[in-house]
Amino acid sequence: MMAYIIRRVLYAIPILIGVNLITFTLFFFVNSPDDMAFMHLGAKRVTAEAALKWKQERGYDKPLVYNGSKEGIESLTETIFFEKSVKLFVFDFGQSDDGRDIGYDISQRMWPSLAIALPALLVGLLVNITLAMLLAFFRATYIDISGVVLGVTMMSISSLFYIIGGQYLMSKLWHLVPISGYDTGFDAFKFLLLPVIIGVIGGIGSGTRWYRTIFLEEINKDYVRTSRAKGLSELKVLFKHVLKNAMIPILTGVVVVIPLLFIGSLVTEAFFGIPGLGSYTIDAINHQDFSIVRAMVFLGSVLYILGLILTDISYTLVDPRIRLE
Amino acid sequence: MMNITPVFLWTDILIFVLVVAITIFVVYTIRHEHLRSPWKKVFQRRLGMAAFLVLMCYVSIGLLDSIHYKKGNDAEIISLFDDLVGGLRTRVEKTYSAPFATHLFSKEMIQRADGSKARAYPRLKYGGAHLQEPDKEKWGDILQRTIEALVVGLLCWLILTSIMVLWLARRKQQSWQAMCVRLWHGQESLPWKVIFITLGLLIMWWLLVIKLSPHYHILGTDKVGEDVLYQSFKSIRTGLVIGTLTTLFMLPFAISLGIMAGYFRGWVDDVIQYLYTTLSSIPGVLLIAAAVLMLQVYMSNHPDQFGDVISRADARLLFLCMILGVTSWTSLCRLLRGEAMKISQVEYIQAANAFGVRHLRVVTRHILPNVMHIVLITVVLDFSGLVLAEAVLSYVGVGVDPTTNSWGNMINSARLEMAREPMVWWSLIAAFSFMFMLVLAANLFADAVRDAFDPRIQRK
Repeated sequence: MMAYIIRRVLYAIPILIGVNLITFTLFFFVNSPDDMAFMHLGAKRVTAEAALKWKQERGYDKPLVYNGSKEGIESLTETIFFEKSVKLFVFDFGQSDDGRDIGYDISQRMWPSLAIALPALLVGLLVNITLAMLLAFFRATYIDISGVVLGVTMMSISSLFYIIGGQYLMSKLWHLVPISGYDTGFDAFKFLLLPVIIGVIGGIGSGTRWYRTIFLEEINKDYVRTSRAKGLSELKVLFKHVLKNAMIPILTGVVVVIPLLFIGSLVTEAFFGIPGLGSYTIDAINHQDFSIVRAMVFLGSVLYILGLILTDISYTLVDPRIRLE
Repeated sequence: MMNITPVFLWTDILIFVLVVAITIFVVYTIRHEHLRSPWKKVFQRRLGMAAFLVLMCYVSIGLLDSIHYKKGNDAEIISLFDDLVGGLRTRVEKTYSAPFATHLFSKEMIQRADGSKARAYPRLKYGGAHLQEPDKEKWGDILQRTIEALVVGLLCWLILTSIMVLWLARRKQQSWQAMCVRLWHGQESLPWKVIFITLGLLIMWWLLVIKLSPHYHILGTDKVGEDVLYQSFKSIRTGLVIGTLTTLFMLPFAISLGIMAGYFRGWVDDVIQYLYTTLSSIPGVLLIAAAVLMLQVYMSNHPDQFGDVISRADARLLFLCMILGVTSWTSLCRLLRGEAMKISQVEYIQAANAFGVRHLRVVTRHILPNVMHIVLITVVLDFSGLVLAEAVLSYVGVGVDPTTNSWGNMINSARLEMAREPMVWWSLIAAFSFMFMLVLAANLFADAVRDAFDPRIQRK
């Protein structure tokens, strides 16, 4: 088990190197640091000195990958690639364009993101599985069919509609919760309620449909027929056998996103003014702060790979047949 | 006679390449029974058929909107669709006005007939301009036009339906009465009743628009006074382009790499697996954001390469499709790799290899046709997700160009007016409902396609 995990972590290294190379190419070869300086300082009117100063302040004045003016190892370390990309591997994200420490900002902002994303995931999971079980129980009746049609309809509605509609109804019309904002501690509850509810409602359509397919696939298997034949009630069959066996496909989808919950949702956080990583990224996009976007891309991939490893481990926990060697 | 110079935007060209490709595909399918039978099943489903007709309605507007030209010495590029709707484009008010309004949404200083000045809601330039006393006459006028539209629509529908019934009866060599009975009881293979009802609804809807839109702004006007209905129509093309061209960019990568990985195994498989694992480990939105940001920098530093505003917006739309394609080919590639791996173990492939058939031929003759259903299902399933993604991306600020008409941009600009009292809701509702109808139709059609093509479902 341990050996497997170590091997998986080692496998992650070439992938992260690849991610790093992609972002480096994207951010420094497609547009040179000069381009970025001109862009930030306002296109044509800017002087060469001002551009150089802008680059110096942010450490973009070095050569991209090889510094010919330095000797030995410094010819590689005194470059943009080493300063900006290699350091990501030790989670040294450097400074944003307005001089703040990105690593500190991230460590502060991931908790509000998690505070929304985690309850939304858990409640959503509970609601979706319950509804899907219900549809599976009433399979091939009018309840099932109308449930599926309703699911497709809910899937076809833009997530923005749920957010805007929810804000309009709950905050503007009924004055139940504040329209946006965030607070620390228990006061955060009233701010988190609406985004979580909307997150759950927005996911019901696709989630329920997906779990229903999984349950129906299990229901047609032989062991279900056996358990019915030995006289178990349909409810017992569903909860004791089908649900347990459906855990594997369900886990595949769920565990992989758990680490990504830290990143949060860009749109939800922006609409509700939650100071999480999602709104951090949106602000960075709007201010064209490339160091933050670069850091988030790297962080996102690390978390995704972590999710994949966790998925594998969780398999061994729910399915004793699977052994990781 | 005005001289017309056609203008070919990049997306236009690709759209028509796609249309040609689909036409070839359709002709090829019709000529081969084994390809035709699953499609028959798609169209035999009532929901599938209705969704298809609605989709066709969207597609025809999108296609009309993809034929661009310049008229005379006018520098403005317009599309055939702009030309057909005529006044809808040019009837621009001053600022916001509600659906069916006759007065502007905000008060202004106006001069009364007797010379005194007062703050009041001024009359619209076009909306309800034919009315003498809008307060009294408006709803009567709307009702009258609605009834006219419905009556004409009913007539059109009756004529169309009877022509189709007569044609069917002739083809099946039956009397038209017998045909009607058969259709009523659903004894034909195609769900004709659904077809007629859907067509009827579509015709009614169109006639309402045709009758009412010259005299009113059916869905109101936006901040700069542009008709919201016109904007919603124009956004159809953007939605369709993103839903289809993305696939066009994604398919070559996904198919060739996926099959290669599954068929050749060994180091080819390792390299391709590494490639798609790396790409898919970057969260999609972030990769798109990074790429579009870089494009923005490039465009603002090289404005000379992109010509006028329309070509610039078009280049951005095209690039957005490309980058969406790059982020979405990995899942299809993974599926195809697995399937190709399974198929290449089958006896007839081994036999072909033993006979010394070249790899390229084995792949194109034996493997590709056997994985096409996966490709097709993925394409139709992805479409609706991409249309929805456009709105979200535009909101985040990495979507289409702000000057492009798109539902995302409409929602984005209307969102800023949420705080206004009373609320400006019509742009939001218009964008959401146009998008909803397209996505719903696409989802239902995709379901029908999946059920007909997925061999696992057929077995049950």
